[in-house]
Amino acid sequence: MSKKLDTHNIPGTYLFDKERSRNGYYLNMACMSLNEERNREAFRADEAKYLDNYPMSKEQRQAVLARDWIGMLRLGGNVYYTFKIAIYDRISMQAMGGAMCGMTEDEFRNVMLTGGKDQLGNPRGRTNVLEKNDG
Amino acid sequence: MARLVGGVGTSHVPSIGAAVDLGKTQEPYWKPLFAGYGPARQWMNDVAPDVAIIVYNDHASAFSLDLISTFLIGVADEFQPADEGYGPRTVPCVAGDSKLAWHLAESLILDEFDMAIANKMPVDHGLTVPLSIMCGQPNIWPCKVIPLCVNVIQYPPPTGLRCYKLGKAIRRALDIYEEDLKVVILGTGGMSHQLQGERAGLINEEFDINFLDQLSSNPDWVANISHEEYLMEAGSEGIEMVMWMTMRGALDVNVKEVYRHYHVPASNTAAGLIILENNDVGIRK
Repeated sequence: MSKKLDTHNIPGTYLFDKERSRNGYYLNMACMSLNEERNREAFRADEAKYLDNYPMSKEQRQAVLARDWIGMLRLGGNVYYTFKIAIYDRISMQAMGGAMCGMTEDEFRNVMLTGGKDQLGNPRGRTNVLEKNDG
Repeated sequence: MARLVGGVGTSHVPSIGAAVDLGKTQEPYWKPLFAGYGPARQWMNDVAPDVAIIVYNDHASAFSLDLISTFLIGVADEFQPADEGYGPRTVPCVAGDSKLAWHLAESLILDEFDMAIANKMPVDHGLTVPLSIMCGQPNIWPCKVIPLCVNVIQYPPPTGLRCYKLGKAIRRALDIYEEDLKVVILGTGGMSHQLQGERAGLINEEFDINFLDQLSSNPDWVANISHEEYLMEAGSEGIEMVMWMTMRGALDVNVKEVYRHYHVPASNTAAGLIILENNDVGIRK
């Protein structure tokens, strides 16, 4: 790979670079605050009110409230931070991964069991590893 | 001196830790992965190191966007498991080696690696999952641990080459340490995976296997893999494989690959593990 790739034009990828970090600071810090049980309780009591503690944009607030996982990334979210909301919701990384590409959790799980996706984001569709182990 | 006897590269996928904690390792989904961890645990048990240096990254647990350290060393005598949102993992507290850690910090900084130094920090799955992989579920971890935390979340992480050079500096510091200790070093993270965006679910077995193939015999080549290639080929989160290069840099130029395991998938990730030994160390003495 001698040709230098443009890191901003990798398909289906929202690189957490300086611009996204600048825009997403409060969004990400709001997500991370859910590491603490007392904050999870406050978020549970009133999500919108809890988010008032973080001066984020209207679009960012809406993306959090709507669990718009791709929207959060576009607006400066980093996946390790936005996943704190998924942890709060008790949904798995595979459910969140599926939601980001229009799949159910089971469909996404199946993509992973059949070799994942290629570099362009297309499912590889290999033999299911669980079935292979049975045989 | 502190004798560095070997290095381990391993994934640190959180669901691997959850499978251990929740007793799921013999379920069909997890069984093949954990079957491959058996020989690695045997190796760790046979080597019985005094100290493991674990190169890992924090995932918005101890550190946030408030403070992003590219390289950080933990110098405390104790590190508690972090609450990552589920409550802390029910694993033993991690005992540090404050004296060796401070020696490393001092040596590395004077060797022009400007480390951040942490006296207090919780450690998340990035550090505790590799311990579970290598040690199972003991009541106390069998060795002391020096956490070496690398930023790989905010782009850009340090280059693979920089991580490799840091490993070489760690080795220089170990070689002049006054106490006689047996040390192993773990480089963690990866292998190929992407957690975010429409391309979430990327796995690149060809890239991973080539990485494993070249790691022992051609480390300079692996160290020069660019960020662009990691991002495109190994995924936006696969770029954390730069941390394996610190492990590799600390070892001898000539090493012996003694074990390898590769399995897809562990959740959204290609799980890899490799064990490399230095040649002339009397590893089991």
